[in-house]
This record gives sequence, C-alpha cells and structure tokens, in this order.
Amino acid sequence: MGLIARHLEANGLPTVIIGSAIDIIEHCGVPRFLYTDFPLGNPCGVPYDHEMQLSIINQAIALFRSSSETNTTERTTYIWSEDNSWRDGYSKVDKSNREELAQRGEARRRLQAEEKVAGLERSAMIP
Amino acid sequence: MTEVYDVPYMQRTRDYYRAQGYTTDYQWAQNSATPFCMPAKLLSECRVGIVTTAMPDTELGRNNRKIHSTLVSPIPESMYTEELSWHKTVTHTDDVNSFIPLKQLMVLKNEGGIGSLAPRFHSVPTEYSQRTTLEYDAPEILARLREDEVDIAILVPL
Repeated sequence: MGLIARHLEANGLPTVIIGSAIDIIEHCGVPRFLYTDFPLGNPCGVPYDHEMQLSIINQAIALFRSSSETNTTERTTYIWSEDNSWRDGYSKVDKSNREELAQRGEARRRLQAEEKVAGLERSAMIP
Repeated sequence: MTEVYDVPYMQRTRDYYRAQGYTTDYQWAQNSATPFCMPAKLLSECRVGIVTTAMPDTELGRNNRKIHSTLVSPIPESMYTEELSWHKTVTHTDDVNSFIPLKQLMVLKNEGGIGSLAPRFHSVPTEYSQRTTLEYDAPEILARLREDEVDIAILVPL
C-alpha cells in the first residue's frame, strides 16, 4: 500500500495511510502515516467501538492539515489491551509449530505449481 | 509480562517464510525520497476516496485477485479478508468499519469535517511483485480515484 500512496502523491493526490505495521510502512517511506499499535486487522479501531473509530479517522484526516513535510508518522493514543502478549504471538516460530510449518510450505509449493500449470495469473499471498 | 514494543513484522515474516522452506527472503520496498503534496482545498470541501487491501465478499472478489470497486452505500456487511495476513488468533474482521472507515467518514461528512465521500471505494490486491503494483495497480487506482473526482485519499492496509 505504501507504493500506491507514493504513486498517488507523486501525481498530485494527497494521501494518508492508517495501518499497524510501522516497520514496513516506514521502510517504504510514505507521505503521511497514522500508526495504530494494534494487532494486524483493525487499523481503524477496535471492532464495533464506534467512538474510537471516529476518533482515529478524525486524527487521520487532521494529518492533511497538520503535516507540512513528508514521512510524517503519528501514533493514535489507544492501546489494544493491558495484556501485550499478542505482540509475541504474531507469526511465532518455535518447536511447537516448526514441523507443521515445514509441511505447510511443501503443500503451498505444490499448489503454486498446480496453479502455474493451470495458468492462474496471480497467486494468493501466504495467509 | 510482555513489554510494549512495535512488532517487527519484516523480521517475523522472514522467519515465518524460512520455517516454511522458502530460501529467498521477500524484499520490502525501500525508498530514499518520498513525494509530498498538500490538499488544494479546505478539508471541509474535499471529496475523500478510500483504498483497502480487503477484497469484496462476492464470488468475483474471492476468486479474482485484482482491483475491484465497491459502492460505499449501503456499507458492505462483510469483506473477504481470509487470504490476507492479519492476526487471526487474537482478533477478527467481522466489523468492516474497523478496517474500512465508511461509517466514520459518513459521520464526518454530516458534521462538515469533509466535503463528501466518493461513491465507491477500491480494493487492491497485496502483491509479491512490486513491479505489478507499480506498473499496473498504482496507475489503475489513480485513474479510478480521478474518475471519482477525489481530492484526498485514505489508504488502509489490513
């Protein structure tokens, strides 16, 4: 999405990204970024929390007015939970799932080979 | 007790792919200079466009990884997110407004914070190939947003 933002901006269309993967977005370099420090999936706010969702979009829109230079990152003030164990859990690799992941990779490569033979243009990313 | 830190998604993803037997690491886009422009109008006069990585929850959306455009009203009850990388063990994507700010922007429009919301939003597939994104998807999204006469764009990757 960072590349899309850059292309739009380079063509005169101002953008803001609302997202939760700060390292990927800042690695790419984007004009305006509102960082929601949540698990991937709900960058606009906790599901069904309309008050928080409204506050986050207000902050994102305000960046169009307040940011005067590129690569601007702002954080929302919200936390996902007092329990931060979700941070350790994303795409964790350890002895409990190493074997399963190896098998999943094998299955995935077989499927990709079949899709290629079938002429499918775009494969899905690995979920 | 886990400390608070920004999750290093690039490193986590590299480790995860390696554990699945992939030997070549994905190269994320990196740039030295970043373009920038300011809105040409007051925000209260701007038409806002939205771009998401979620696909329409239709047969076409589920089976065709390409750019799709969907009407903003009525707000879709669901979007197809199964193939995207989000934190499936701790959250869900049942509330579309938690990743596509449709309801929120309609409130902002009624309050006069923005001029209007574009009549449709756009889905762009996540891509391994930066070249496909740069040469096909990005120009196509720009063309559709221009067709919608959008003044500013909100991009929300899951």
